[in-house]
Amino acid sequence: MDSLRQIFFQECEEQLAELESGLLEIEGGSEDPEIVNAVFRAVHSIKGGAGAFALEDLVRFAHVFETVLDEVRKGRLSTASPVTETLLRAADVLADLVRVARDGGNVNEERIHTSADELAALSGAPIGANAEPEEEVSFEDFGFTPVAMDFPVFDDIAVVDTVSVEAEAEPDATTYTISFRPHPGLYTNANEPVVLLRELSRLGDAQIVCDTSTIPTLEELEAEGSYLAWTITLTTTHEEDDVRSIFEFVDGDCDLEIITGNAASSNDEPAGVDDDIAALLARVRGEFTEPVDESASPAASAADVVVGLAGSATAETAAAAIPSTPIIEAEAAKPTPEAAKTPPPAKAEKAAGSEAPSTNQTIRVDLDRVDRLMNLVGELVINQAMLSQRLTDAGLARDSEFATGLDEFEQLTHDIQEGVMAIRAQPVKSVFQRMPRLVREVAAITGKKVRLVTEGEDTEVDKTVIERLADPLTHMIRNAIDHGLESPEKRLAAGKREEGLVRLSASHRSGRIVIDIADDGAGINRQRVRAIAEEKGLIQPNAQLTDEEVDNLIFLPGFSTASTVSDISGRGVGMDVVKKSIQALGGRVSITSRPGEGSTFTLSLPLTLAVLYGMVVTVAEQTLVVPLTSIVETLKPKAGDIHGFGGDSRVISMRNNFLPLIDVGRELGYRSQPADPGAGVALLVESDGGAHSALMVDAIQGQRQIVIKSLEENYGRVPGVAAATILGDGRVALILDVDAIVAASRTGASNSETAFALAG
Amino acid sequence: MTKTILTVDDSRTMREMLLLALQEAGFNVLQAEDGMMGLEVLKDRQADVIITDINMPRLDGFGFIEHVRRDSTHRAVPILVLTTESDAEKKSRARSAGATGWIVKPFHPVKLVDAIRRVSA
Repeated sequence: MDSLRQIFFQECEEQLAELESGLLEIEGGSEDPEIVNAVFRAVHSIKGGAGAFALEDLVRFAHVFETVLDEVRKGRLSTASPVTETLLRAADVLADLVRVARDGGNVNEERIHTSADELAALSGAPIGANAEPEEEVSFEDFGFTPVAMDFPVFDDIAVVDTVSVEAEAEPDATTYTISFRPHPGLYTNANEPVVLLRELSRLGDAQIVCDTSTIPTLEELEAEGSYLAWTITLTTTHEEDDVRSIFEFVDGDCDLEIITGNAASSNDEPAGVDDDIAALLARVRGEFTEPVDESASPAASAADVVVGLAGSATAETAAAAIPSTPIIEAEAAKPTPEAAKTPPPAKAEKAAGSEAPSTNQTIRVDLDRVDRLMNLVGELVINQAMLSQRLTDAGLARDSEFATGLDEFEQLTHDIQEGVMAIRAQPVKSVFQRMPRLVREVAAITGKKVRLVTEGEDTEVDKTVIERLADPLTHMIRNAIDHGLESPEKRLAAGKREEGLVRLSASHRSGRIVIDIADDGAGINRQRVRAIAEEKGLIQPNAQLTDEEVDNLIFLPGFSTASTVSDISGRGVGMDVVKKSIQALGGRVSITSRPGEGSTFTLSLPLTLAVLYGMVVTVAEQTLVVPLTSIVETLKPKAGDIHGFGGDSRVISMRNNFLPLIDVGRELGYRSQPADPGAGVALLVESDGGAHSALMVDAIQGQRQIVIKSLEENYGRVPGVAAATILGDGRVALILDVDAIVAASRTGASNSETAFALAG
Repeated sequence: MTKTILTVDDSRTMREMLLLALQEAGFNVLQAEDGMMGLEVLKDRQADVIITDINMPRLDGFGFIEHVRRDSTHRAVPILVLTTESDAEKKSRARSAGATGWIVKPFHPVKLVDAIRRVSA
């Protein structure tokens, strides 16, 4: 039951997302009927599931909502702007109701009523939030008590017991005389007189007489006609309604008359042949244990067969057991000619049982299993690296059989890894989809007009990354609207469109996913940011800071302007928390801002948290790994390319460009004296905002795929170090956080500790 | 002799509920997410009873039933319509499409099995 609930709520989330994106498309002017249908279905599905879980509030609201959507679907209600706004609000309320149903808590009754009333006004029907759904929805809990269903009748149609004519009638039993004449439509809809008769006989003692009098001659016989009728004398303690309910599905597809009392005396018996249902059913089963009646006329046998054929797919068996002449008639007479072509159930069963009943194109797998697989693949990669290392150490030639085998092994490992990563990858859509609602809410509270544009929703990234993106993104979008965008009046005064624009986009760039949150607002008010930073003692009053440095002040812990500006962006979380959570994902945040034109926050994140390609380097006899994604090129600098630049700073000239040269050994505190640049290797790296720098290392050992092992669980966050890995020879190597190192060196501080303190 | 039931419903919750109730009652269960997929399943599988939803993407329940009824292999298979709609119009549409019977959501497992029994030989 719990897992069903879980599935239900998961599905609700999907349906809500579908609902919202559909409504947004409709709001955007789409008139695709399929979108309206999808929106309708989303609400409909939620209602259907909610009914099964007896979630009354949810069912009621969904019902009202669905009614309006049905009007839209039928083209009776236009989707002009006030209507879509009402629908979007209703979608939000529905989402709230789902959340409350799942997590508990209180619903905002007023909001629900307002929305329900709005909806009711639209549909023109007097349906308020308290109105009962028009259809009968029984709120009984779908308890899933194991249903111990033992229906021998499925396996054994012998119902002889229940039709024993001699059985004494119950004292309060009633006798009904039922005349039942199917129309051809009853057969074409796959209803079965035999099944109905069987059900009837379960109610009590049944005497069944088949009327074959209307069977025409062969020439006049229509293959799909209906020529049989039955009169059943049923003695039962059940009510007439119970008797009628058996014919519920065929109501309208037959002539049915139920008379209380034994109206039909044996004298009224139709001119056909008496037939005992036990024998009849036995024949349906193909059990001709005893010839029906040796003395019966061919006509009688024919009628019997007709019953058998009409009744079941076992017609072939039945037919085979009948003397030859009548068969021809019988086959011609069967109401559904295809019945005979249907493979006998036993055969169908065998086919069904031999294959897995899986027809879905997707399977749902527990995330733990994928993670376990991911971990194992990680170990495999390390193992493979060790093997390669040993091979090299053993001095085996690169073209030896072992080496080629190992190359293939390496390729396979890599493929497996990519395969597993692809399992974990999901489009960022799931997070992006939550943002339109947020934008509407924040816009409503701040009184600003906002349009949200999303791009690259299908960009895929690891599931964990996606999950942990939701909070920072939410915060940054709030910020963009609350702090970034101006009020409509100010915008008009500045010659901008009244409606502010927030653009949320995702794309893949050099093995990472880059997410931009851009607004076309006023840009960062640097004076104000500076003033706040000074006031809070984050910088010295006379500090010389570039615009970029001022902008980055907002990421400092303790900077949060939330309390002084409004309560929307704040909620006790500052940009420093955003930055930390992005860093925890191995990502970076950068900001570009232009006064009057707006700001763009850029998040750059790894596609997976498990592996990366790294350049293994030596620095001061330590082995370090530099993520390959940040390296643009490597070069061996000539002494003449290196220039002093005041203090310890040095730059390297490359193709008429001067780039800062960062001595990794000194930045990390491995050595106090600057290394000899002529003896080392420079790694040209690209860091936040696309700026290039050169990292100075002593030597390059090679490139390889490495499995990331987090240090934070055991050591906390180490400045300049992103994580660690295990190398092929079993040693642990640290993975450099290139951006942090570049940022630290940029501050010009010779002491790495203070540099990192400011950056972090 | 285990019967095989094909369930066609776009709601995963509903599919799972049907699966649980039907397996509990001892049936084999095949699943499809919409009418198209339902027809796809019937290309190489046999069902003793089909239970289908009405509102579905791509091919809805009405269309699905009509297709099955035109298919010589499956036209005699009983089809139960699983629907939240209890209005007469939907029922009569379902019937003219070829539905054998119907189950109104939310269904109770006992009633579900009862309905299956009332259409399957």
